[in-house]
Amino acid sequence: MEAKSTATYADSMVATREVAVARHTATDLTAQGEPYLWALGGALAAGILMILGFLLMVAWNGIATFLPKPIEAVTLKSGAVIAGEPSRFEYYRPAAQELAALTPGERAEIEANNGFATRTLYRTGNYDLYHEDFRWVPGHDVSKLVRPKQMLFAERQEWGPFVGKLKSVEAPGLASPITNVNDPRFAQAHGRALARRSRIGEIERKQIGSINYYLENERLALRRAALKYGGASPQYADAKRTFAQRSAELNQQYARLAAEAQALRAEDAKDRITLTEIGGREKNLALSEIVRIYPANALTVAGRMRVYLSRWWEFLSAEPREANTEGGVLPAIFGTCAMTLLMVVFVAPLGVITALYLHEYARQGRIVSSVRISVNNLAGVPSIVYGVFGLGFFAYVLGAGIDASLYPERLPNPTFGTGGLLWASLTLALLTVPVVIVATEEALAAVPRSMREGSLACGASKWQTIRNIVLPRAMPGIMTGIILAMARGAGEVAPLMLIGVVKLAPDLPIDGFFPFVHLSRSFMHLGFHIYDVGFQSRNSEAAKPMVFVTTILLITLIAAMNALAIAVRNRLKRKFAGSQF
Amino acid sequence: MNGADRSEPVSYAKQGGHGVVLSIENFSLWYGRTQALFDNTLTIERGLVTALIGPSGCGKSTLLRSLNRMNDLIDEVRISGDIRLDERSIFDPSVDVIALRKRMGMVFQKPNPFPMSIYENVIYPLKVDGVRDRRILAELGERALKGAALWDEVKDRLNESALGLSGGQQQRLCIARAIAGDPELILMDEPCSALDPIATSKIEELMNELRGHYTIVIVTHNMQQAARVSDNTAFMYLGRMIEYGDTQKFFLKPALERTEDYITGRFG
Repeated sequence: MEAKSTATYADSMVATREVAVARHTATDLTAQGEPYLWALGGALAAGILMILGFLLMVAWNGIATFLPKPIEAVTLKSGAVIAGEPSRFEYYRPAAQELAALTPGERAEIEANNGFATRTLYRTGNYDLYHEDFRWVPGHDVSKLVRPKQMLFAERQEWGPFVGKLKSVEAPGLASPITNVNDPRFAQAHGRALARRSRIGEIERKQIGSINYYLENERLALRRAALKYGGASPQYADAKRTFAQRSAELNQQYARLAAEAQALRAEDAKDRITLTEIGGREKNLALSEIVRIYPANALTVAGRMRVYLSRWWEFLSAEPREANTEGGVLPAIFGTCAMTLLMVVFVAPLGVITALYLHEYARQGRIVSSVRISVNNLAGVPSIVYGVFGLGFFAYVLGAGIDASLYPERLPNPTFGTGGLLWASLTLALLTVPVVIVATEEALAAVPRSMREGSLACGASKWQTIRNIVLPRAMPGIMTGIILAMARGAGEVAPLMLIGVVKLAPDLPIDGFFPFVHLSRSFMHLGFHIYDVGFQSRNSEAAKPMVFVTTILLITLIAAMNALAIAVRNRLKRKFAGSQF
Repeated sequence: MNGADRSEPVSYAKQGGHGVVLSIENFSLWYGRTQALFDNTLTIERGLVTALIGPSGCGKSTLLRSLNRMNDLIDEVRISGDIRLDERSIFDPSVDVIALRKRMGMVFQKPNPFPMSIYENVIYPLKVDGVRDRRILAELGERALKGAALWDEVKDRLNESALGLSGGQQQRLCIARAIAGDPELILMDEPCSALDPIATSKIEELMNELRGHYTIVIVTHNMQQAARVSDNTAFMYLGRMIEYGDTQKFFLKPALERTEDYITGRFG
């Protein structure tokens, strides 16, 4: 009896096991989570693809910008000739009036193409002669298209590029005028003219600039004495004497330098170049006005590369020209880096100390919770509101106070009472502080309790424990927070527009004059530069490529700053790597 | 005899001859509303090893942590009664908690070396105490490591990370760290429970050597260990001190039935 029931029991067990085995080999995909895996993986892939696509698009548009393009001379059916760089090509639907003016043959061609005609946008340059930089040329209007070898593309200091042929270069130092751009004397003469121009620039901007700076300082010192002691006091009389003496000296130096610059300018004006545009009109200008000139259709690969690299170098190291649409962005790079670094200097201690207090010292209760909620809400405030706050509080209240007490002699010109490097950095520090606080609190919470207790049991005070054990251990997480803050702050533009960024800054915020870091100066910023070039320039077609190039630069700059911070963090992380028991 | 309603334990502790260093008098502790310790009374003899045993959750770790006021770190803790170190209450407002903790070294259940070098770990208590002279630090560090029977194994790699040591070595490092500041007491909270038998026996040997120089209070759930290393054993159950006595007598013939039940493994 028992044996039989055991047998049946065993059989039923085997049967159950078989069913279980059968079930295991055919587990439902949904139970395994396959659809969710694919969905999440797909979403991640889509996100990455979008980012890569964006980067590629920016790179594609931007990297090719500085490549020298050929110059095409187009003869229209009307007989007019246009020369320029082809910069865009598109299909368009001609308007009714335009269609009416065409020959039946042309109209038939357009009809055959679904009503679309083609046209090319040529950069004709010569704004001073044509009053336009670009011109559309419909494809059906072209009767002849050539690429003349002698056509030159000349970038100028003013009025944008010039497209045309070289007529002659005359200079006192030349035995005979240069008429051929391949003449070796041409490069020499051009080099000399450019060197002379930079010497003039150095005299005027640096040396005369510093004399002006010292003169201004003297004037302010005199004014300071007047405000402090009164106009009738003996100290003021002394100050006035010193002022008269010093300013006489400085004015002497000024006069000497000005004369030197004037002489150089006169000499410079004697080197002249005459260019002819395609229609025959001539343009005579000083040789030093030409920044770069090259025969666009006769360049070798090496020549093209040279032009390309020299344009990149100019972009990174020179100052802007032509209302920021040409030239370089060095002041903007400098301003962006200076502001970001100063912002990190403010946000790191502020965020870490606040988080330390909230996490370690404050008694956890309703007040601390509401502080935390407020801090997190700070992260949600639109960034332009920060700009308004920065302007209203930092500049107009704090700055006015500082001006009244420390810089009364400069009034009514505001020193700190308006936007500048200091207030911009502080405003952005406020903007990004929630990120640092949250990241720091997370990092502090991740320090194991056993480590803290171990330290306290050794007789360390709470502060010693924090300083020796907790903070170093939390440092990688804190660095992550600072990296995020830096990345966010470097890219914010809206608040900066109100609180310190200008379209064109006359000086860099860090220079050779005491106190070397001028916290009250306005500065340029790459993000703002993109906005300014893209939307505020006279010539949006010329500006478009600059927008892409500046975007590439901004992304590269932020990526470089992040890479640096991540490298620092990894070094810190390695210190704590090691088997945890 | 049950002893469940007694407020004082049955006590027949061995005297060390050097007096009482720590006396716990009617000490009760509450976590919020829950009472964890009920009127514990105990005297710790100087220079001897005292073991606290009992089933899980009986409050032995809580009592141990109260001795160096580590429970101050928990917000909802409330106490009554007194603990006196050398006749002076440790809860006296004029007592500096940090100075108190310097007089006691603590070793935890899971070894917790700091993520620094071995040398830095050992001299940590000295550094936080303000010792700056490198020679003194090196000398005291070496002495502590020798005292913890770790010196020979690590003397060539003092600057390597402490996290690279094995579990047993890490625990001995923590013991070295605990004795580096020359404390009077060493409190050990189940120091061997996370270690293998060989490491455990090394640490028990160590405790034998430290006996006499230091007063040791060890919490353990391993009764054989308590029998091996301690001079006096205290049995706690559900937050109450049940029996406390000379280890030999305790394990040979306990006074209370409940103690005997626990020792023989009938519960717990």
